[in-house]
Amino acid sequence: MAEIDGTIEEMLLPYPEMVKKNRKKHLIVKDEAAACCPQIEANTRTIPGIISQRGCAYAGCKGVVVGPIKDMITITHGPVGCGYYTWGTRRNKARADDTTPPEKIYSTLCFTTDMQEPDIVFGGEKKLAKMIDEVVAAFHPRAINICATCPVGLIGDDISAVGKAAQERHGISVIAYNCEGYKGVSQSAGHHIANNKIMENVIGTGSERKPGTYVINILGEYNIGGDGWELERILKEIGYTVNCVLPGDSSYLDIKTLHLADLNLVQCHRSINYIAEMMETKYGIPWLKVNFIGVESTIESLRRMARCFDDDPLEEQTEIVIARETARIFPVMEQYRKICQGKTAFLFGGGSRAHHYRHLLADLGIEVSVAGYEFAHRDDYEGREVIPTIKTDADSKNIPELHVTADPILYRDAHTRLNMSREKFEELSSRVQLGYYEGLYPHLKDGHIMVDDYNNHETEEMIRALKPDIVFTGIKDKYITHKQGVPAKQLHAYDYSGPYAGFNGAIIFARDVANALSTPAWKMVTPPWDNYDNAQGSEDNA
Amino acid sequence: MHKEVKTMLECVPEGSVVHTTGKINPAKTCQPIGAMYAALGIHGCLPHSHGSQGCCAYHRMHLSRHFRDPVLASSSCFTEGASVFGGAANLKTSIKNVFAIYNPEIMAVHTTCLSETIGDDLPNIIKTAEIPEGKVVIHVNTPSYQGSHITGFSGMVKAMVSYLAQAEGAEKKNQLNVIPGFVNPGDMREIRRIVGLLGVKMIMFPDTSDVLDSPLTSKYEMYPKGGATIAEIRDSANSSATLALGAWASNDATDLLQEKFGVTGIPLKLPIGLKATDDFIMAVKDWFGIDVPASLATERGQVVDTLIDTHFHYQGKKVAIFGDPDHVIALTEFVITMGMIPKYILTGTPGKQFDIEIQKLLSGAGIEGSKVKAEGDLLELQQWIRAEPVDLILGTTYGKYIARAEDIPLVRVGFPILDRAVHPLMPVVGYRGCLRLIEQISNALLDRRDRDCLDEDYELVL
Repeated sequence: MAEIDGTIEEMLLPYPEMVKKNRKKHLIVKDEAAACCPQIEANTRTIPGIISQRGCAYAGCKGVVVGPIKDMITITHGPVGCGYYTWGTRRNKARADDTTPPEKIYSTLCFTTDMQEPDIVFGGEKKLAKMIDEVVAAFHPRAINICATCPVGLIGDDISAVGKAAQERHGISVIAYNCEGYKGVSQSAGHHIANNKIMENVIGTGSERKPGTYVINILGEYNIGGDGWELERILKEIGYTVNCVLPGDSSYLDIKTLHLADLNLVQCHRSINYIAEMMETKYGIPWLKVNFIGVESTIESLRRMARCFDDDPLEEQTEIVIARETARIFPVMEQYRKICQGKTAFLFGGGSRAHHYRHLLADLGIEVSVAGYEFAHRDDYEGREVIPTIKTDADSKNIPELHVTADPILYRDAHTRLNMSREKFEELSSRVQLGYYEGLYPHLKDGHIMVDDYNNHETEEMIRALKPDIVFTGIKDKYITHKQGVPAKQLHAYDYSGPYAGFNGAIIFARDVANALSTPAWKMVTPPWDNYDNAQGSEDNA
Repeated sequence: MHKEVKTMLECVPEGSVVHTTGKINPAKTCQPIGAMYAALGIHGCLPHSHGSQGCCAYHRMHLSRHFRDPVLASSSCFTEGASVFGGAANLKTSIKNVFAIYNPEIMAVHTTCLSETIGDDLPNIIKTAEIPEGKVVIHVNTPSYQGSHITGFSGMVKAMVSYLAQAEGAEKKNQLNVIPGFVNPGDMREIRRIVGLLGVKMIMFPDTSDVLDSPLTSKYEMYPKGGATIAEIRDSANSSATLALGAWASNDATDLLQEKFGVTGIPLKLPIGLKATDDFIMAVKDWFGIDVPASLATERGQVVDTLIDTHFHYQGKKVAIFGDPDHVIALTEFVITMGMIPKYILTGTPGKQFDIEIQKLLSGAGIEGSKVKAEGDLLELQQWIRAEPVDLILGTTYGKYIARAEDIPLVRVGFPILDRAVHPLMPVVGYRGCLRLIEQISNALLDRRDRDCLDEDYELVL
């Protein structure tokens, strides 16, 4: 412990006093002797000038939550860059299905109003309205999203009014998101804005429930590298009907019927917990935090969700699929485990992955000594019980809260949805922890470090001091890590591989990690003449 | 035999559509990323984005994806408060923190649409900021609602001149400035090699070689050894001439050097292709009166030899070219040299001169019926191609959707290339670059011939 504290002190040394004071609050060392998680500062402003990895509200709204909806045309209202950088860069895979033919999929296109100086000076509303008209005439989309960028809010373009007018003109839904980049302190603000608008405008407007006994949604699954498809494969084999995966490979039509499921699974808590919570209030649908990253975590998640339906055949089928899948993948995992066993890793994600992937790494015998998030809130670190104690500040106040109430027609008590008595539901609820997330901290071991809003300087220094065998992080850190002589894997884009979720994903991840650790070039870093000269030198000295 | 693949972009309507507003599949991005890239070509520089965090994150990500190397830059981290009250405090805090923590020699600040819309007065903010002794802060205004990444690059290079260049006297030194344009570090390295062979002392800025193509040694340096030093850029005012490689990216700084310090500006194309490389070498020869060494004559001769040996692989083929204006102009000239027909020529960057330059090349070659457009987008390009197909597309990674949908081979050249590696290290400029382009174009067409032909037409020797 003292050693780790020393490492942190040293790392903070170059910081000016104000920065040091601030950053200390974002760094927690796990102390197993302590009764509970010490409070971490999270979801607060990044200090100007610090090379943080954070993005903006627009990135969280358009880039993360609404961009992947495959049959909606998302128009970025702003100068060209914002739309351009979110064009095909997050690997949310999409394909045609029963309700969405290929000609209704717009995922590989980029729509931007490309605002020019006169639009900034005189306003861009007319341009936006005209672009909507042209897009509707040319593409006939089912619905349209409008995402605002920084200047839009500053010049006062009323995108909601433009959207509303267009909606009336064209008879399709046009949803406006005021996700200007300066809102909030990170992508997180954009997640919240997107959650609110989808809740307000889309969920609950459809009426056709998909057939099945166990109808579920997976919320906060982005289908990066096909993760969502692997989960659907497993869940279908067990006998679930996956009503909708939000938003990975989802369609506007699917999202309309989100309220017709019996259970919401929450994969990425940070980005989608708002919808899960609001759906519980409005429709009575319970939610279960799951983790489908890692073999053991997937098994545990499958068992917990089966318990929710209190149905023996379902639990039996769950065990059959688990037994079959593990028999198939364990021998394959084993060969990679031999390479990975005993290694240490750093794990940096957005707001969920630093927790999720530590279990998959544990499956491979890799221990995570430093874990960090870009934009998590205190509940993602400390557990949801801290939510009532989180203080709102000037930045969080700027994100509107959507207050929903029970729907007079569509609300049904959770226990009736799960087909059990109220008493039984309450017993179940505490047993599988419905509507709860414990956060990252309980999963850390003594002396492990938890970092909020992790930044370049600290990552670099911790790599130097703690010498991990591999670092899992984003593209901005990846090559810096390589230059330090340490392998790095992209945790957001999977180095263009995947899926990493579920059983098949575990094998692919294991292979990729083993390859990253063992690629022969790591042994070739030092030129032969360097060793030669050193050897000669030491002989001379002797 | 042409295979119908059609597994991509099914949503794009058949036939022409009314598309007059905004961009669908843009062929440009915003100014700040160009400014950030240019700034990385100064030694010991930390680029700084004066806006919200998202801009800086996007630019770093995109540059990292193209170069597969570290791209560091800081941000003013605007929140709603700064957006209302102005970003002066954020920039001053940034400057203080950046020098304390990251200790660069120089900080190169560019603005964003956010800080521009607010109207932050950068010169005044910088003037009143705490800048440590011996350190430098420069800035450029790069509102994202004007120009493109190319004009942002140009603006930052111009800022290097306006802030740093200083004449020592009226007399000029026997040295040459080269402004290489928005090209890869491999291209800049090649330009340096060629000028070295010509025996002329050169100051090149920006210079991202040894910055964004740095070796892996396990000894990480935040500021790699490459980049033009402040002293070199300062000394550019004393050079006798500046070669501006590519008008869009390099003319502004070159013109300023001429206006302010009387350094003769020589406007050239990017030295991509045989003729543009000839022009580049002749410009150096004419100005300094040097002899061109035999080694360069050999390299040139190899290009001519290869062109003659392989012309039947590509001559007469129709090609669509899109990307940044300086690249597209030079590539158009080169494919004409190769005997190909540039059918569609498009850039996303605005500028009337684009059409004029391309038309000059087309009419010089007697080519008619080509479509040329500046400030265009890739939906438009796809619609042209659907109406009348081409044999090859030359452009960035973003062309890959059209290539698949319309089943046309794509040769990747320019910025950005996000789905292939090694390209930032391999020059397309100079005679060596000609060979690379010929090889890529020839291979793409031959791979397609091999893929599509009947068994009885599948041949060993081509």
